[in-house]
Amino acid sequence: MYQYILKRVLLTIPTLLGAAALVFLLMRLIPGDICLVRLGSGGASFDPKALIACHKEIGVDRPILVQFLEFIWGIIRFDFGTSMWSGKPVSTEILARLPISVEIALLATTVAVGIAIPLGTISALKQNTWIDVAVRIFAIGGIATPSFWLGIVSVLLVLDITSWVSGTPWMPPIDYVPIWKDPIRNLSMAILPAITVGYRYAAVSMRMTRSAMLEVMREDYVRTARAKGLINKLIINRHALKNALLPVVTLIGIEFAFLIGGLVVTEQVFNLNGVGRLFVQAVQNQDYTLTQALVMLTVAVFVFTNLAVDLLYGWLDPRIHFA
Amino acid sequence: MSFRSALLSMAFCAALALPAAAADTPKRGGILTYMIPADAPPSLDAHRETTYATVHATAPFYSVLIRINPENPASPDDFVCDVCTEMPKPTDDGKTWTFKIRDDVKWHDGTPLTAADVAKSWQELVHPDPGMLSARAPYFVMIDTVEATDASTVVFKLKFATSAFLPALGDPFAYIYKKDILERDPHFYERNVLGSGPFKFTEYQTGQSIEGVRNPDYYRKGQPYLDGFKAIFTPKQAVELDAIRADRAATEFRGMPPSARDQLTKELGDKVTVLTGDWNCVNMITANHQRKPFDDVRVRRALMLAIDQWKGAPPLSRIVNMHTVGGIVFPGSSMAATKEELQKIAGYWPDIEKSRAEARRLLKEAGAEGLTFELMNRNVDQPYKFIATWVIDEWAKVGLHVTQKVLPTGPFYEGLRGNTFDVTVDFNCQGLVNPAMDVGKFLPHSVYSENYGNYDDQKDIDLYQAMLHETDPVKQRQAMREFETYVLDTQAHAIMMPWWERIVPMRSYVKGWKINPSHYVNQDLGTVWLDQ
Repeated sequence: MYQYILKRVLLTIPTLLGAAALVFLLMRLIPGDICLVRLGSGGASFDPKALIACHKEIGVDRPILVQFLEFIWGIIRFDFGTSMWSGKPVSTEILARLPISVEIALLATTVAVGIAIPLGTISALKQNTWIDVAVRIFAIGGIATPSFWLGIVSVLLVLDITSWVSGTPWMPPIDYVPIWKDPIRNLSMAILPAITVGYRYAAVSMRMTRSAMLEVMREDYVRTARAKGLINKLIINRHALKNALLPVVTLIGIEFAFLIGGLVVTEQVFNLNGVGRLFVQAVQNQDYTLTQALVMLTVAVFVFTNLAVDLLYGWLDPRIHFA
Repeated sequence: MSFRSALLSMAFCAALALPAAAADTPKRGGILTYMIPADAPPSLDAHRETTYATVHATAPFYSVLIRINPENPASPDDFVCDVCTEMPKPTDDGKTWTFKIRDDVKWHDGTPLTAADVAKSWQELVHPDPGMLSARAPYFVMIDTVEATDASTVVFKLKFATSAFLPALGDPFAYIYKKDILERDPHFYERNVLGSGPFKFTEYQTGQSIEGVRNPDYYRKGQPYLDGFKAIFTPKQAVELDAIRADRAATEFRGMPPSARDQLTKELGDKVTVLTGDWNCVNMITANHQRKPFDDVRVRRALMLAIDQWKGAPPLSRIVNMHTVGGIVFPGSSMAATKEELQKIAGYWPDIEKSRAEARRLLKEAGAEGLTFELMNRNVDQPYKFIATWVIDEWAKVGLHVTQKVLPTGPFYEGLRGNTFDVTVDFNCQGLVNPAMDVGKFLPHSVYSENYGNYDDQKDIDLYQAMLHETDPVKQRQAMREFETYVLDTQAHAIMMPWWERIVPMRSYVKGWKINPSHYVNQDLGTVWLDQ
């Protein structure tokens, strides 16, 4: 088991380096200049000498190969340098945004799992009944509805409903406060994005749970359990659901990793100062160092989430051994 | 009228006047929450940045030497002292300006602000040390030296006398920084705040918000009225609208489109106040003179003549933040062309049929009938995409076939700098109304780096220099007309779009803030108070 984990961790090194090379090259293929965006986007004039000084200050005037080697050397030392845009360490920029993204990801996952597994299971067990049809409609609705649209509509609905009920419109706070400082304010900001993101996430997971449960319920060992006279509840909880969860866990893992850096639009709709919004800013501003670090973070989250999912397989299915 | 009835009348008038007077008396207290409709700025150092996001976030912490009168900010040339004692008269034929510095100004660390701090800040703005950035150094081109002759005197010596000096000095980005800090760590102000303004810095949450509290030692006694403020970065307009509606924030000070104004007034009624005025920002259409057939002045004039500015502006102003037809000078300035003067320039003729007939004639003569080309544009709705849609339709009326190419900001700038466009939507948005400097945009690229027409034109430069160096206001205005006519009519170097309109909706309880033509100006919040 430990050897397996070590092997998987070592395998992440070429993956990360490959991703690093790719993002380094792709960023430089995008036309544009961070200093021009910084100095000129306000529309006012600026000193041409300031442009040259800016290039020199952030190091983009050096040969590409030098910049690449410096980037790789930084990765090896876990030092991603400073943001070309703000001049602050990249780690500071990311760590300032990570808590809200992780919180939304965890809450959305809780919402998704809390909805998807029970409803997916019920839908499979009540196949082709009105309950199944209702759950499937609910799931397809979630897949078909973009979460940013749902986000906008949910804010407007909350505004209109509170205005109608109390005469004073209410909306979630537009600035983040850590949960340990003010739990109520924190949750009132996070709950709506968590639900809108969690709904789509739940819909996908629900469909997967239903399919897996339908498949498992037709397996020989479930028939055997029934023949032995086990009660239905025990068959579902102890034998069927655990096995059906294998593909669902994989899906949840991938979705969770996506949420860390992928809530690009949702974070904008709710004014969340998260990693997704930072990602957009970094690309728009052509902040190479920050974009590179964010891609590396996303790759790392994916790699390690997949590792965690693989390890979970062993607990869910004792037949799986790590060698 | 008997004495008694006169007394009664006076009492009645006084009673009527009392509530109004009471309502206008500033109240102390409260925290103002407002939004900055942008992502967080690269740094907090206004000397090196050009974005309003820096000013809106940090102006309350700093003092400046002189500023636009906060009681009369709509006037582009009403300058008053901030840390100086009185506006000086120049000596040496207008080339020497001596400012006396107040002796009651303290830094937020309690130490006194002196003339040496003012001089050092301005030295860095005009002639930055190697490795330092002063983004707007070209605006201070007339300044030769800045020196502190004693603890309370700063002397500016100019290379030449010009009316552009005082507006340059009123640059809202020109914060006074502390001399010994600048000498110890020139990059200090990029990530730290230490000013002498009405508010003391308390917290900056990276990328999210900035907060300040009242400075009890502020030199304008009684100000500021607020206990503090919180500014939140909200780059999405939908969030701003919802936040004002739900009173999560009272306002944003940059400006919103007409649709936002209409929606908020409809939903909030008298709970929202809308301030509007002309905005010192304008878009223009610039043709790349190095691309055929735009090297031909006849083609450029035809592009200009095809557009009906007078008929287009009113309906556009209902959906987009554009309002006033103008030339190269901000319409609210005394240097701007009158309507009668404008109507003599190609593209502003009152008879659009005559104008379009001339456009067709010129295109035919230049062999460019039915010309097809691409209009490069920036991926920004207000007003860029509206402008492009409008002018493409106007050009179609003289037989031109134009498609719009919309690019994100980075590639858009790359296109402008790399000359990879036929015709582009261009822009000019300055920190302060300073006509003589603002129209530098219409100088060739070799002189003004943000001109993207890619032409050389010595006459253009000569006319500009004559205008810039003219100290007599009447003659300078006339010189400006000659420069404007040459740029817009003779050479058609640029096609002006209607000037922007600034629309600032705010919760009605916000008082003491007055709208002005620049979204960079009057942001120290010293006069703002909450009627709650």
